[in-house]
Amino acid sequence: MAAPLLSIEGVSVTLPTPRGLLRAVDGVDLALAPGRTLGIVGESGCGKTMLSRAVLQLLPKRATLKGRVMFNGRDLFTLPPEELRKLRGPELAVVFQDPMTSLNPVLTIGTQLIETLQAHLGMDTVSATRRATELLAEVGIPAPGQRLRQYPHQLSGGMRQRVAIAIALSCEPKLLIADEPTTALDVTVQAQILDLLAREQRQRHMALILITHDLGVVAGRTDDVAVMYAGRVVERAPTPRLFRHMRMPYTEALLAAIPKLDAAPHAPLPAIAGRPPDPTRPMPGCSFAPRCRYSDALCENTKPTLDDPEGAGALYACWHPLQ
Amino acid sequence: MAVLELEDDKVAAPALAHRRRFGGLFFAAMAWIGLIVLAAIFADVLPIPSPTEIDMLGKRALPSAEHWLGNDQLGRDMFSRLIYGARVSLIVGLLAPVISVTIGGMLGMLAGYFRGRFELFVTGGVDVLLAFPPLVFVLAVTAYLGQTIANIALVIGILGIPAFTRVARAVTLSLSEREFVTAARALGATHTRILLRELLPNVALPLGAFFLLGVAITIVVEGALAFLGLGVPPPTPSWGSMIGEGRDSLDIAPWLSFLPATFMFLSVLSFNIVGDTLRALTDPRPGQV
Repeated sequence: MAAPLLSIEGVSVTLPTPRGLLRAVDGVDLALAPGRTLGIVGESGCGKTMLSRAVLQLLPKRATLKGRVMFNGRDLFTLPPEELRKLRGPELAVVFQDPMTSLNPVLTIGTQLIETLQAHLGMDTVSATRRATELLAEVGIPAPGQRLRQYPHQLSGGMRQRVAIAIALSCEPKLLIADEPTTALDVTVQAQILDLLAREQRQRHMALILITHDLGVVAGRTDDVAVMYAGRVVERAPTPRLFRHMRMPYTEALLAAIPKLDAAPHAPLPAIAGRPPDPTRPMPGCSFAPRCRYSDALCENTKPTLDDPEGAGALYACWHPLQ
Repeated sequence: MAVLELEDDKVAAPALAHRRRFGGLFFAAMAWIGLIVLAAIFADVLPIPSPTEIDMLGKRALPSAEHWLGNDQLGRDMFSRLIYGARVSLIVGLLAPVISVTIGGMLGMLAGYFRGRFELFVTGGVDVLLAFPPLVFVLAVTAYLGQTIANIALVIGILGIPAFTRVARAVTLSLSEREFVTAARALGATHTRILLRELLPNVALPLGAFFLLGVAITIVVEGALAFLGLGVPPPTPSWGSMIGEGRDSLDIAPWLSFLPATFMFLSVLSFNIVGDTLRALTDPRPGQV
């Protein structure tokens, strides 16, 4: 594997809340090589968004950070704000979950796209406009010249997400973080947006982190998958291996919870029993133990570490891995 | 592949703009404002008598070919005084809200965006300004600096800062939480850029509507100050002082007060109508904020 473009080393994020310190992310290690894709999967509140915000340094002011994030040989946590600002856009970019709110409602699509190009690449208005038209065409927006003059509310959700992607791609970033890019969209549009992201990622040889709660989304589109639960990575493996030999009972439960098209109508959807643990109260053992059907005294009392016992590049944190 | 979702909303946009009609009321209001502004600007070259020339024989004269709207209690031409009075009302009415919106808008946006100690300082300062008795402030400033148009505009402008600060801060607060601000930061935008290019266009809409309301309120406030004798000193005519001077002869010549009052009423109404219509027209967001 090539030298990593991004390496996340022991990152923890804690937020002060009225109920005590909330550990949103708890000692996460991840690495991503240039041009590769990593899927981060987990249910709501498992810390996947907080982790991506930590990488981007866009956390709320009150949050405290521990660990280290190395991007292209630079430590993002200790980088001066001005250096960090210059990094965002041309090196690091992000696509957010809700395209309804991630575009400025009172500026035209063109203004938002052209100003980004001018600010980062120093283009003049004419060439920036030409490039903006090209970018919109690239992300599959018909009549791009006309669209430039429109406001976000005149576009559909899918179109807006395409525009958001075009803006994120405009400075040719080395790493794109897509934070649940399809959650706010309907199913047919979801597939189009994911295909678009995959195509752009291949063409630009750009690294991509795809954050989602849907294992189905990462299945065919990522090189590696990390499954997160209660702020920790509980299983990490190359995507084909993860789906063939999953070890962690949580991953299995997550996969079982995907609705299947061939299931009988009105068949109950298998859900994971119980609720995620309270992140303000640290647990001595495995965080998934209370909801896991394989758990025993060992799971309740001792936290398993993320290891690779088989030496096959597949890591998991479980005392009773599935066979 | 994505053609299907496009066809219908492509035509909708221009059609919508056409459908939003201005309405006769808007044009009437614009015409009145235009007339008053032009008259005030060109008052010196208009073929009207001097507003300060006293004709003791023509006190409270009725309208005639020479004096279109009659004379006031000192025999000065009413029509001419109304036009010159418009100057004071318009200069103060426009200058004061400009001062308020500039300072108040800036303070409010900075407070709403940066939060922290600065916000505490700004909201505290605004509360102090709100608690300060406005008339005492006006008296103090005009006593020390003199009763000039600029000073009166300055005083009313400063007194208007709290309202604009609060509007700007409230809007900025809610907008700063929106994802497009985070998205701009994620694209490496500086604070200045986020404030000027992302937030200002959003804050400008409510502030702009509030500004025109401010113009209307200021015209009334200037009139009230002039009525109390705190406005521009005589013999310079102003609508407020004309109403005040006409008060003495309400029983014999009520039009001396009612004419300037009508001018003031029509101007304030016009600014409100224009403000409302423009806000509805320039708001690109359908329905909710």
